[in-house]
Amino acid sequence: MSDTETLRILIVDDEAALRRGMERVLRDFVVSLPGDDAGQARFEIAHAASAEEALQAIDQQPPDILLLDYKLPGLSGLDMLERIAAAGRPILTVLISAYATLETAVAAAKRGAFDVLAKPVRPEELTATIEKVARHLIYQRQALSLAEERKRVRYQFVSILAHELKAPLGAVAGYLDILKDRESAIGSGMYDQIIERSLARIDGMKKLINDMLDLTRIESGQRKRKVEAIDLYDVADTCVEVAKVDAGERGLAVSLTPDRGPIPLLADRSELEIIFNNLLSNAVKYNREGGSVEVSIVPNGQQITIRVADTGIGMAPEEAASVFNDFTRAKNEKTRHIPGSGLGLSILKRIVALYDGDVSVESQPDIGTTFTVHLKRSVTPEPARA
Amino acid sequence: MADFTGKSILLVDDDVDLLTGLVFQLKRLGFDTVTAETQRDGERLIDETTPDIAVFDLMLEHLDAGFTLCHRMKRKHPGTPVILLTGVTAETGLEFDTVTADERSWVKADAMLAKPIRFEQLQREIERLL
Repeated sequence: MSDTETLRILIVDDEAALRRGMERVLRDFVVSLPGDDAGQARFEIAHAASAEEALQAIDQQPPDILLLDYKLPGLSGLDMLERIAAAGRPILTVLISAYATLETAVAAAKRGAFDVLAKPVRPEELTATIEKVARHLIYQRQALSLAEERKRVRYQFVSILAHELKAPLGAVAGYLDILKDRESAIGSGMYDQIIERSLARIDGMKKLINDMLDLTRIESGQRKRKVEAIDLYDVADTCVEVAKVDAGERGLAVSLTPDRGPIPLLADRSELEIIFNNLLSNAVKYNREGGSVEVSIVPNGQQITIRVADTGIGMAPEEAASVFNDFTRAKNEKTRHIPGSGLGLSILKRIVALYDGDVSVESQPDIGTTFTVHLKRSVTPEPARA
Repeated sequence: MADFTGKSILLVDDDVDLLTGLVFQLKRLGFDTVTAETQRDGERLIDETTPDIAVFDLMLEHLDAGFTLCHRMKRKHPGTPVILLTGVTAETGLEFDTVTADERSWVKADAMLAKPIRFEQLQREIERLL
């Protein structure tokens, strides 16, 4: 969001010369905003000569910031603060007073003023205060939009989860409907198929629920980590041996390079197992009969690169681009009958982040897919944070 | 039990188990069934066959595949009733219903059923529309 925010300032003072003076100072004033979303704030300025005029202006076009003179003809600055607070308007007010006593400041703060400036206001005081106000406003907005975005993402996650859980329920209910009617006279082949498929769908649900729990556990930092000195080769070798069972059924060759350890790493063994198991099971699931899976580990100074390459069905670029998103699975002719929760790579991505690492994918349809994981080698034992 | 012997029904859904269950039940009602698991195959069957009624799932390889199939069906076979099966709409951002005339005019389906569906529900709609 490295763009320019325009904040509206309303200057309320009965002395025209003071209003013009403040406008001159603020007209070309730019506040640069530090941080990840470095941007800047500029100001658009309006005037009012009295509180009554100001209230009217606020109704028409509410400002972000109000520069309010304490002593006004008619309604006073403090009265006006009260009105604005009562109307619940999100306006930050800076009160300007010739009698800037502690009492004034306290009274102003009580009524919701952000700051108090003493008259005569020097230009650098004015800009310093406006800078503070602008930063406060923008951080407040960013925090708000971040919170809203989080809520939206959580809602979407739960909606899709509901959908993904309803699908197997619908399928199993459909099968039970058939069994319920004892006169449906199904053959034993159909009977076996109904039972087998119903159980398979229930297994799929179980996997989805477990993945969902893993994901939320990692994300919330609730998962207990056990970071210790481990041999990455040994972890990989164990996972490869397990994967060879499923791979063998499909005539796939699985290899691991290098062919011996140790590759020392400070890590949580179970997390590394999740990484290998995930990538290996994908490489087997999405492979073709008689293909291969190549796992390689390359230590390079402070970094370790893990690569899992398959000779499978591959993905189109748009599928590869979204494969790390929650519940996103490449959905096409070739993947329709391959079960999966759509959360495996989401989990993997969050674990890799715990190691200051990254994961990427390269894929070509009908040629194969290669996942590359980079992990930082020295990781300090600390609680999980996603 | 209602008898639809000699009638044909086109079913498009990417859930092979749901499809298996529906086909079994519909055959018992006498229907000839024609099925597809993708939008592409569904479109081909709309062009190549003349079913008496059609049932489409909304989400296939595209989020709104069912809408497209409904449109294509109504263009090719204007008189054939169409039932649309819908999942949660939240993730698609598509919120719709066929309550008002305006909504009916753009969703080219004669009935919509929210998933997960029970077979009796579907059977009721089929009996109403045929």
